[in-house]
Amino acid sequence: MESCYSALEKTLVMMAPVLERIGMDRLEKPVAFIEKNIKGVLFDCQMCGQCALGKTGMSCPMNCPKTIRNGPCGGVREDGFCEVKPDMRCVWVEGWSGAQKMRDSGEFHVVQFAVDYRLKGSSSWLREVRRIRTEKQTNVQSEEAPS
Amino acid sequence: MKYVDEPVPGYPLPIREGHSSPGRLERILRDGHFAVTSELAPPDSADPNAVYERAALFDGYVDAINATDGSGAHCHMGSLAVCALLTRLGYALIQQISCRDKNRIAIQGDILGGAAMGVCNMLCLSGDGVQTGDHPEAKPVFDLDCMSLLNIARTMRDEQTFQSGRKLDDPPRVFLGAAANPFVAPFDWRPKRLAKKVAAGAQFIQTQYCYDIDRFKTYMQEVRDLGLTEQVHILVGVGPLASARTATWMRNNVPGVHIPDDVIARLNGADDQKSEGVQLCVDMIQQLREIEGVSGVHIMAYRQEHNVPDIVERSGVLEGRTPWHPKLYEGDANIQSQMDKYDD
Repeated sequence: MESCYSALEKTLVMMAPVLERIGMDRLEKPVAFIEKNIKGVLFDCQMCGQCALGKTGMSCPMNCPKTIRNGPCGGVREDGFCEVKPDMRCVWVEGWSGAQKMRDSGEFHVVQFAVDYRLKGSSSWLREVRRIRTEKQTNVQSEEAPS
Repeated sequence: MKYVDEPVPGYPLPIREGHSSPGRLERILRDGHFAVTSELAPPDSADPNAVYERAALFDGYVDAINATDGSGAHCHMGSLAVCALLTRLGYALIQQISCRDKNRIAIQGDILGGAAMGVCNMLCLSGDGVQTGDHPEAKPVFDLDCMSLLNIARTMRDEQTFQSGRKLDDPPRVFLGAAANPFVAPFDWRPKRLAKKVAAGAQFIQTQYCYDIDRFKTYMQEVRDLGLTEQVHILVGVGPLASARTATWMRNNVPGVHIPDDVIARLNGADDQKSEGVQLCVDMIQQLREIEGVSGVHIMAYRQEHNVPDIVERSGVLEGRTPWHPKLYEGDANIQSQMDKYDD
């Protein structure tokens, strides 16, 4: 799952020039729709718009009834089930076992900051592509710039 | 023996070098004393005397009092209001802030308000789910979680800005705390999650009830291995169990409370279960005190608040010191003259 995800990310970044030609804004709606459906099926994604799956052991934290992005809370039941919804496995118990299976779970222990609720419903894939592109461009610019 | 650093109610103490707050709790912990905190059950009442009476039960036995924020998702007098009443009398408060009922706009306002009233300690919590309380139909807010709350509070104090980046004229000078529960799954992650809280800004920790000393020792070993005991003061949650029946009920109904079978068996075997519960609590404190890296205890004696002095006294952890309380120097001419000096 993790490798599928990083392959998808690479493909999207490679396609970035094409995506940019079409126009990121025009793509927002269809991509968000596809993202919602794919991640909805796989991760029960809630489309917070700032996907943290790579940092949470591929378990969507927005399914936690307390939407804790840095879980688990202290209420986990002895069988690993949720305090609020006794018939649901704790999102973070799942995330913890997920993180141990991941090759790169380094960011699992980094503090995740509060959600920006303005981004709810938008595509995190496109946001990530834009972020990586801008990062690359700034790197190139800083390398080209005379020191 | 009397303890140093006595406040004159309404006047903040100076902030010592390297300290975040002018508070007595931070001083006691940094001085290496074994600290005792307890929590006040806020009244279902608009009568301020109910708050004063409950606080007075702890006089001379605790270093700070937690003002709970709708604990167990039940409606009571609010945390900020309890702090407002008690800081006037000079008490050291730990203002509990839960993310369940307020968003970041309200919470940041409360942090400023609390600090303005003389609250020196704030405990940042995610909060219990609304389903556990008396208003399960309420809308859970959870705009923040405990980590982002810690982060915001620290930014306000150290960077002197709101989360938005807008500048504060004067920062809240507070000692920041968080909760931890070493007694629930996933056990191997719990110490690492504590590290995350420390990274987010936690300076002291109050844990969930400890009834399983072996589990706690294992946890502390890992906490020490991660080097956390040098960065954070850990106060372990303890509390007297009223009876074996109460213990069984708590274990089954209160989220996050772990009570091993042998504790229930010990209560069951006693003639007077209530006093055995108190004894069990005293024994637990004495055992916890021996564990390297434990800085104090947090006594949660729900409906047994009157037993707190006895528990503290019998455990011997204060080692003869008397934590400040409003009546400590009643009639003491020396202090009276100090107060007069302030009044000039």
